[in-house]
Amino acid sequence: MSRRVALKVAVWALCLAPLVLLLFRAATGNLSANPISFVTNWLGDWTLRLLLASLAMTPLRILFGLSWPLALRRLLGLFAFFYAGLHFSVWLVVDHFFDWREMGADIVKRPYITVGMTALTLMLPLAATSTVAAIKQLGGKNWQRLHRLAYAIGVCGVLHYLWLAKKANPDPYYYATGLAVLLVIRAGAWGRRRVARLRAAALLPSAARTSLAALSPQSRGQGER
Amino acid sequence: MLIKRGGGFKESEVTPHAVYLNRRAFMLGAAALALAPPVGEAAPPTGQPLKALPNPAYRLGDPPTPFKDVTTYNNFYEFGMNKDDPSRLANTLRPRPWTVKVDGLCAKPRTYDIDEILRMAPLEERIYALRCVEGWSMVIPWIGFPLSALLKRAEPTSQATYVEFTTLVDPEQFPAQKKGLFSFASLEWPYTEGLRLDEALHPLALLTTGLYGQVLPNQNGAPIRIVVPWKYGFKSAKSIVRIRLVDREPKTAWNTTAPQEYGFYSNVNPDVDHPRWSQATERRIGEFRRRKTLMFNGYADQVAALYSGMDLRKLY
Repeated sequence: MSRRVALKVAVWALCLAPLVLLLFRAATGNLSANPISFVTNWLGDWTLRLLLASLAMTPLRILFGLSWPLALRRLLGLFAFFYAGLHFSVWLVVDHFFDWREMGADIVKRPYITVGMTALTLMLPLAATSTVAAIKQLGGKNWQRLHRLAYAIGVCGVLHYLWLAKKANPDPYYYATGLAVLLVIRAGAWGRRRVARLRAAALLPSAARTSLAALSPQSRGQGER
Repeated sequence: MLIKRGGGFKESEVTPHAVYLNRRAFMLGAAALALAPPVGEAAPPTGQPLKALPNPAYRLGDPPTPFKDVTTYNNFYEFGMNKDDPSRLANTLRPRPWTVKVDGLCAKPRTYDIDEILRMAPLEERIYALRCVEGWSMVIPWIGFPLSALLKRAEPTSQATYVEFTTLVDPEQFPAQKKGLFSFASLEWPYTEGLRLDEALHPLALLTTGLYGQVLPNQNGAPIRIVVPWKYGFKSAKSIVRIRLVDREPKTAWNTTAPQEYGFYSNVNPDVDHPRWSQATERRIGEFRRRKTLMFNGYADQVAALYSGMDLRKLY
């Protein structure tokens, strides 16, 4: 219990650190010659990192059977949303200074902005239903279904970076690779569960008949696989 | 492709003492960075002074961008993708000894020592606007002389219609030229650029060896680069080792990487968007609000005639 609290405090601190460091840089005049671009990129980078971190929690459980990562999933996801909101605000207020027409044109015309706006929009319902009360209200199944949007958000976020970065920039590929690995782990687990379910369904009618035979080492080996 | 260079940088060469000192400074710098990452702290103005007469014909109404910004906010992918990579890693580049090979379709091909080039014509200071294709701009007091002075010395033949510029390849000096995990996404080395011969002979095209009254800092393309102020910044090749006169449009680094995004001409043009962003406005470094981008970066009076009759939407 107290260990879990300590973990959460640590994650809070880690998630706020990029913002604190950014404010420190701002205070000491360390935002490069192009502060607006620097701040936008900084916030975008951390949005993606936290998004991938939140998407990494379930795979951590799958791979290592750990339970604590799930307790952090929501926190990391909400912090990703927080940084995404700041990232968007800088674009809106500082970069374009509420030039709605120009921004509207950008959203329609520039695929990387379209996909970035999509990611941010998809984050809204997830953030809004992140409370325990919302889970109860929606019912666990529905809530889970809705929150599968997190995958779509991850894909949109990585595409946003891939499409905005110059062709010669390898950085977005690191994020794309990371996301792909996380998705493959999940797909693997999903596939295994499905196979197990099918197998269980196939085995069930004969279960009674073979209950004796199940004691033999051969069939036990089969069942475990 | 490997370009053979005359002179310079054989492995058998003994490393000069100064390079050792640089190396150590670089290591110290790296250590300092690890402790407290500064952006824009690098490269204090410690360069050697370079004398040049200000040329009053090339001045701007806008004030020059601060030296610190000019020397710490750079796109120089041989050092890395980030704007502060070039100034952080600049000590890895050795601007001496250095030679520039001028060859191709000319009567007098030759390999010049960098110090020979510095004495070739009177150095002048010119204040130019620099517009990056990414949508930001600076005002920089460069030092150099017209590129035409060097090209005319080579006596281009009548077949020569284009000029190709090649940047140094040496992963020891340019860390980002080392093969990485996602090298397929990187530019192809050497970085090459090109101009039509009449563009290269235009008086605005500057063969540049300094800025702000001092020898060109490594992160700005030492020891020798070109500055073509009416084109997007990436057209102005840095750390040049070869200038070749050719009879066809040379392959250029960015055009090869993303042809639909970066044309051979790449003249600054507010009416032709980059496929992924508008080029109508730019952010002048040090200013808050975006300003309108000018046709040919404000040099239309001087250079528009070079492109009369051309469809600049197609030949972007």
